[in-house]
Amino acid sequence: MSVMYLILPLALLVVFAAVIAFVWAARRGQFDDLDTPAMRALHDDVGDQKKPPKD
Amino acid sequence: MNTVPDASAVAGSAASVAMPCAHCGLDVPAGLLDAVAERQFCCTGCRTAYAILHEHGLGQYYAFGEKRDAPVRPTGKRYEEFDHEAFHTLYVKPLRGGLCSTELYLEGVHCTSCVWLVERVPLILSGVVRAELDIGRARAHVEWDPATVTLSAIAQQLDVLGYPPHPYRGVAADEMRRKEDRAMLTRIGIAGALAGNIMLLALAQYAGWFSGIEAEFERYFRVISLLLTIPALFGPGWLFFQGAFASVRTRRLHIDLPIAIALLAGFARGAVNTVSGSGPIYFDAVGTLVFLLLGGRYLQNRGQRAAADAAEVLGSLAPNAARVVDAGGERELPVEALLPGMVMSVRAGETFAADGDITEGRSAVDCSLLTGESRPEAVGLGARVYAGTVNLTGPLLVKVTQAGEMSRLGALLRRMEESARRRAPVVQLANSIAGWFVAVVLVVAVVAYVYGLRTDPARALDNAIALLVVTCPCALGLATPLAITMGIGRAARAGILIKGGDAIEALNHPGLILLDKTGTVTEGRARLVRWEGTASVKPLVAALERESSHPIAIAVQQAWPVIEVLEARDVQQTVGGGIEGTVAGRRVVVGAPTFVARRIGAEEHAPDVRIEAFAEEGLTPVWVAVDGVLVARAGFGDPLRADARASIDHLRALGWRVALLSGDHPAVVRGAAQQLGINLADAVGGASPEEKLRRVELARARGTVLMVGDGVNDAAAIAAATVGVGVHGGAEASMSAADVYLSRPGLGPLVELVQGARRTMLVIRNNIIFSIAYNVLGATLALLGLLDPLIAAVLMPISSLSVVLASWRGRMFDAPVFDAPVAAAADAGASSGVPRMEPSR
Repeated sequence: MSVMYLILPLALLVVFAAVIAFVWAARRGQFDDLDTPAMRALHDDVGDQKKPPKD
Repeated sequence: MNTVPDASAVAGSAASVAMPCAHCGLDVPAGLLDAVAERQFCCTGCRTAYAILHEHGLGQYYAFGEKRDAPVRPTGKRYEEFDHEAFHTLYVKPLRGGLCSTELYLEGVHCTSCVWLVERVPLILSGVVRAELDIGRARAHVEWDPATVTLSAIAQQLDVLGYPPHPYRGVAADEMRRKEDRAMLTRIGIAGALAGNIMLLALAQYAGWFSGIEAEFERYFRVISLLLTIPALFGPGWLFFQGAFASVRTRRLHIDLPIAIALLAGFARGAVNTVSGSGPIYFDAVGTLVFLLLGGRYLQNRGQRAAADAAEVLGSLAPNAARVVDAGGERELPVEALLPGMVMSVRAGETFAADGDITEGRSAVDCSLLTGESRPEAVGLGARVYAGTVNLTGPLLVKVTQAGEMSRLGALLRRMEESARRRAPVVQLANSIAGWFVAVVLVVAVVAYVYGLRTDPARALDNAIALLVVTCPCALGLATPLAITMGIGRAARAGILIKGGDAIEALNHPGLILLDKTGTVTEGRARLVRWEGTASVKPLVAALERESSHPIAIAVQQAWPVIEVLEARDVQQTVGGGIEGTVAGRRVVVGAPTFVARRIGAEEHAPDVRIEAFAEEGLTPVWVAVDGVLVARAGFGDPLRADARASIDHLRALGWRVALLSGDHPAVVRGAAQQLGINLADAVGGASPEEKLRRVELARARGTVLMVGDGVNDAAAIAAATVGVGVHGGAEASMSAADVYLSRPGLGPLVELVQGARRTMLVIRNNIIFSIAYNVLGATLALLGLLDPLIAAVLMPISSLSVVLASWRGRMFDAPVFDAPVAAAADAGASSGVPRMEPSR
């Protein structure tokens, strides 16, 4: 059972990484607009001839 | 939001073959059909947009197969003010590399193809680096290189494509809210991760409780739980302590207080027990509570947000520029630079940028934005005009009296915002119940434990744990929000968009329904209802009316998609009178009876008896004379929606009192009331927006008020009502101010809304009754020592699950309770492509 002393902190480390990733995404505004990106995905599906010059 | 579903069917029956416009997909009026052309267009706007798209290889736009709501109607504005210095300091942000960026509010964006097209503007205009559209907020973020292209050119391009742009005036407030939103999301994320892991550890400990666990590991799990709870409580959970402190300081009971007490008590007891190594730790409850409460609060904030956005949209719709006349001649100034005392020149077709008095010129003004009165008002020297209303016929010089926030429109917007802010949502109630519930359970558990120690030390701890486990605020906390969320989701699928749970609750107390007339119970546009006279003069009238943009003229154009194209010459319009000209060598006069009589020299005759008859039916009389002889009489009216009568009867049967509150002429409102079976005392006409607001506030003192309207003039009243409802095709402002937006035409959806709200509330009531019964029963059993902790642990999720199931299965908005023949009454002569007059221009 002493593996617990290793595995639990490791699991918490993974959680910590996930939380950091989430906070980063939220701060970057990834959750600001939840509607339009879904539509943009459709656009690519139809197949753009010319890509807009996005940086 | 879709197009009027039966539009094509109606037009199809009128014209022999209905051809869709190659750009907007709406039917092309018969007169504009070109037999030899490969593609048909309903207007030059659509033709231009189509040409631009093909020129730039963007024909794929049509692959989305979504129809536009309306044909492309470019405003033709030049947007010079977008390049003005004052405009740039206010709205344009410089970026690195010499680029500029701004936020534009776009009219008319509504679907995937709009997103696609707007974001491809960089392909059409070189110099535009990026265009991104947020469809939910109708806002485009544009970046461009000022060395290559001007903002006015970009604005003109968007305008030509059918999306007239406006500067977005709420950027500062928006930035703040966005930050708040992100901070809240961050809190929820952290709290969720911590709560989940505390839960997992708790599970291990419960399992250990039953199957045995080494003391060493139990202690280990407890310490880790404590370490996870500390950041959850004092990180994301700090919000509740802040609220509680404020509550203590201001001596006003706030829901954060019991929540904070419960959280702190649970945590303190758990921490002490962790150190001492005995007794329950409450960390799982504390962590989960923080997470769930934060989540609830976030959703609730988002709902309120939508209402607050209304004012910004409206502000964005006011004109951006005014031409100011001074010693140096005429120059364009952004509205922000307007000061009282300045004289501005306003051409026909333009919107007034500020309140003012006319110093020169005569014209007709469309005040529908402010008053809802659909008929233009004649104005002359010294008359007062208001920001947001439209100058229709002649050029005017106006001396500014009030501008910006101080204008009548500005004041209206402020009041709307205030009303919107005052509302208290129902979810708060659920939160406070959960908070008190937790506090009570904790106290009971402690008392039971202490009492148990004396009577039955061996079972005391078991019973206390069973109590804590089995009494779960989750079911109670979930009962309301879940049912409401489900109800809102179901309603959205039925075309009824509900912004907040409080609307659903309020709709369960029948009270007064105030209906705006124009556009709500009627179709909101002038229609040719009666024609008395020979049909042979129709082409003459149509030719003449083609030269005008008066609502009556538009109604004529719609009624007869031109039979035969005739040329009209020497056309002259008289404000408040009519129109005259020469068509095919004959002198044609069309207009108000007195005007026509004067023109043909028949004034000395006795007044026409038909005028009286038309007025009684609420019709606007228009007489036609050809070569000095009266040949036809036409009556124009705004027909009632087909389902209005049946819907209103239905609402009455559900216990609501129905009244009309309109800005239109009292006689017309009374006429409509009669047809709808509404008590004449309940039909109020001639109400200004301020009057509407006052009446709504008065009525609120007596009970629930449901205000239904479509115009900007209703927006303040809609926001002030207990529940404000915006209807299909209404102005953006009324939609945003409303708690509920009906995206299908007619009043049928209103009935569905009221019935659906009743069913939703029923589900909520059942949920609450169930979870209270469950908790009381569970607590009693636990206190009596009849409940094993194991059984309690199994029961807890079941209680939550049954609430979820009950909410999910409740058929709140599913069955269309009410079907009305919406299409049946649509006038056969009407073409469908012409949109409602939008007051936003």
